[in-house]
Amino acid sequence: MQEMYKLEGTVLTVVLPQDVDHPVTDLVRRETDHIINQNYIRKIVFDFTHTEFMDSSGVGLLMGRYRAMGMRKESIQAVGVSRHIDRLLHLSGLHRYIEIQKAEEEEA
Amino acid sequence: MKENTNEMILVFDSIPANEGLARVTAASFCTQLNPTLEEVADLKTAVSEAVTNCIIHGYEGKINKIEMKLQYHGNELYVHITDYGIGIMDIEKAMEPMYTSKPDHERSGMGFTFMEAFMDEIRVESQPGKGTTVHMKKTIGRKR
Repeated sequence: MQEMYKLEGTVLTVVLPQDVDHPVTDLVRRETDHIINQNYIRKIVFDFTHTEFMDSSGVGLLMGRYRAMGMRKESIQAVGVSRHIDRLLHLSGLHRYIEIQKAEEEEA
Repeated sequence: MKENTNEMILVFDSIPANEGLARVTAASFCTQLNPTLEEVADLKTAVSEAVTNCIIHGYEGKINKIEMKLQYHGNELYVHITDYGIGIMDIEKAMEPMYTSKPDHERSGMGFTFMEAFMDEIRVESQPGKGTTVHMKKTIGRKR
């Protein structure tokens, strides 16, 4: 797995692994919050391109970062989102607060 | 012809690393019914939610045993996940979307909602102080 955290200007990109579950989200949460506290970040992009599995802990992670970013619209973006993950984001109502870009093969 | 049936039981410690073990085992068992990718993804998420609940809520982080029983009859898959932890006082409340008994843990409160959304049926049995069993059912291969 390549680098998980990329900082470009005020945008932090978090490349998520294959499984986004409870042990993984605990780790990503700690690391992301550390970077947010050390840098001036305006936007966090969560990259789901490599993610095949997610459960409600992933929803908790995104919701929590949305709060940490001051609940600003457009402060959180999810990219490379598969159909399954898109369903989780919609069922939880998160799609109302964050920007979602589907994976290329999911569009059409 | 005799009906196609199978059953297995997996008992494991309530540590977060075993959430992956449980859902991969369930997915693998379900493969015998020739599921769609979507059905496997649904099952894995539901199992993960149920096992996470045992670890975080049932046992509150203490190490104990979780039992997962998997069965199928024809193309109906049954999943039963049991812990012997604190139990649930108010099952109806626990199942409400966004409800969480541990808001400080940054839980989404969507666990039961996802189980309900991704499985066809769910029933929760619980006795405070004795433990909780989540029974779930899903018909596999229906969308083919």
